[in-house]
Amino acid sequence: MMLAQFNLGEVGLTHYLMLAALLFVCGLVTILTKRNAIGILIGVELVLNAANVNLVAFNRFSHGAAAGGVLLSGQVFAVFVIVLAAAEAAVALAIFLNFYNNFSTIDVERASNLKG
Amino acid sequence: MSSEAVLFYAFGGLAAASAVVVVASRNIVRMAVALLFALGGVAGLYFLLAAEFLAAVQLVIYAGGTLILIVFGVMLTSKSPFTRLQPRPIEVGIALGIGTLLLAVLVSGILLADCAGAFASEPLPADQGYPMQTLGQALLGDFLLPFELVSVLLLVVMIGAAYLAKARRRPE
Amino acid sequence: MQSVLASLADGSRTVFQRFIFGDSPQPLSPWLELAYSLAIIAVPITGLVALIGMIAIWGERKVAGHIQSRPGPNRVGPFGLFQSIADGIKLILKEDLIPRQADRPLFRMAPYLAFAPVFAAFVALPFGPEMTFEPRLNAGVFFILAVLSVEVMGVILAGWASNNKWSVYGAMREACQMVSYEIPLGLSIIVAVMAAGTLNMVQLGLLQGGGLHTWLIFRNPFTFLAFILFFVASLASNKRAPFDLPESESELVAGFHTEYSGMRFAFFFFAEYAAMFVVGAVAAALFLGAWHDPFGLLGYYHQRFTAQGALGGLVAVNLIGAAIFTAKASLIVFVQMWLRWTLPRPRIDQVLYACVKVLLPMACVVMLGAAVWQLFVAEPVGIPWAPAPVGYEPFSLAGYRAAGWTASLVAQIILSAVGVGLFLAVCGWVMYAALHARRVRPRLFEPSPIADKRQEIAGA
Repeated sequence: MMLAQFNLGEVGLTHYLMLAALLFVCGLVTILTKRNAIGILIGVELVLNAANVNLVAFNRFSHGAAAGGVLLSGQVFAVFVIVLAAAEAAVALAIFLNFYNNFSTIDVERASNLKG
Repeated sequence: MSSEAVLFYAFGGLAAASAVVVVASRNIVRMAVALLFALGGVAGLYFLLAAEFLAAVQLVIYAGGTLILIVFGVMLTSKSPFTRLQPRPIEVGIALGIGTLLLAVLVSGILLADCAGAFASEPLPADQGYPMQTLGQALLGDFLLPFELVSVLLLVVMIGAAYLAKARRRPE
Repeated sequence: MQSVLASLADGSRTVFQRFIFGDSPQPLSPWLELAYSLAIIAVPITGLVALIGMIAIWGERKVAGHIQSRPGPNRVGPFGLFQSIADGIKLILKEDLIPRQADRPLFRMAPYLAFAPVFAAFVALPFGPEMTFEPRLNAGVFFILAVLSVEVMGVILAGWASNNKWSVYGAMREACQMVSYEIPLGLSIIVAVMAAGTLNMVQLGLLQGGGLHTWLIFRNPFTFLAFILFFVASLASNKRAPFDLPESESELVAGFHTEYSGMRFAFFFFAEYAAMFVVGAVAAALFLGAWHDPFGLLGYYHQRFTAQGALGGLVAVNLIGAAIFTAKASLIVFVQMWLRWTLPRPRIDQVLYACVKVLLPMACVVMLGAAVWQLFVAEPVGIPWAPAPVGYEPFSLAGYRAAGWTASLVAQIILSAVGVGLFLAVCGWVMYAALHARRVRPRLFEPSPIADKRQEIAGA
């Protein structure tokens, strides 16, 4: 995966990794800039998707079976990540609903009660 | 340029453009729709990477479950349809700076990494693809413990989320 | 087996692609090959969806009419067959209204988001053993389930973007209902997949070819129950029949598509009827023997022609199989329409109660029962005429006994008898009602009253 081997025509591991990096950075900037709590949650979902793309791309392009590992460990990892992301989104939304019921706004700037 | 490359750029472009729209949009519902397209693009990429079951799982759970949940949350917590919460410009500037820096570091790391020994850049030969039985046997064989732990975790999450979101009477 | 899209790169092709490009080892320019593949898949599916929409709308109105003892459309063409064309022309000519406060991009996008997933689901449907748009889809059944759950988002967006309280109510109810009913739907599909051992639609079809008793609905009593569960859950998943609260005409004007008129409304309509057909097709493929006739003739001849390589015979088998498959799916669509005009509509809390407290426990029990059954009763494995079990002749019952699958065979025969008996009983009941409704028949088949009146006036 040296710089010299990267070309636009033939899709390799590098392409998927760069796309995943772009998705990760977009998700991170979303988390950092949004004031709506659900916007932050959307950013977290983007970050998790980027990680999943990484996992599945490595699973496809590595000869894990030849090295004695499990053939599909990347995909199984990704399945677990998706399931855990769904669970985390459910709990996060329950917390946001409670926050909205108490503060009548979904703005995270208002969550400053514990500020010293 | 092979057809796999064309499809990669199509799905990858869709996912990347939708991610940029998520960052740039100020309306929360449009962010959710852009996230839908990003998830769809990633599902297309999974199809390209010979992970058909995972692509279907992504569509069912992410696009047809988590995203619906997010849109429900948006509808239940918005006072007017087009509320806009603007961050301060200095925060946006710092965030974009951090983002660009991180992207540069990641891309240069990917391009300059030299691990030709551990990972090959050729995909597995086509006839050594991934039949569905292998995934099922892996889930119930090598990965049985995480599988059971995740099911217990999901039960806990269901009970916890239902309890947290229960409508409570406000103190008068 | 290879991934669907990744194998476009290394030159292996489906039947349709081979039809265009032949077996030339060197693929044409990838752009051209991609474009041709998309065209050869997209154009027939578009035609199919449009045809199904038109015929289903005509059928719905005719069925509704006859159940309510009135004729239904009978002016435009014989038996009102061109009514759908007239409706289509009317819808195209309507004014394109977008409410001023509506979110315009989302309002425009919603019909396509509701329609595209159903369109995509046609790719995996097995119309015939070689007549599937994409036969190598190893997760075929799950793929259809996946794209049908993306449709929920289109409906929610339609309700939200209309900027109309009633549309939002319809959309929220619909999302709750569709998402909740995906669970019993998935569980009942799992029961059938457990009995079959594969998620591939074409293989599911191939292994039901030995006659009526090899159909998956008759495989064990739990798949029989799973079919009923699947049917009820699919009714709710399509926002159809007694579960049509999202578009309840008497309560919410038109629910989530209140503000849509003209061709945008037509898209939602097409999506609904195409989804009905897809769900009926999945039920036919999973439970009712896909493209096979009840006597196993098609399977037998397909096996013979494949062994001999007779191309004409294979084409005939495929065409007849496609006709039988469409007929089975249409039968299920007809039953869905029949139920719509018969049953009253429960409230949304009753709908969700039915899902979570009735259908879900039933689905879990059925799944557990099917798993236990498969543990203790030896069942035939795999596709009957794949080279696997030796001495297994699928078209002879002695072959079953020789391979030690007697208990399973007895269960299958008993269940087929029960199933055929129920089917014949229902058909007999319907025919009895049709033949003995004396006062209804003249009303159903009388000519249009205006023509009589005109003759009367002209004659006077």
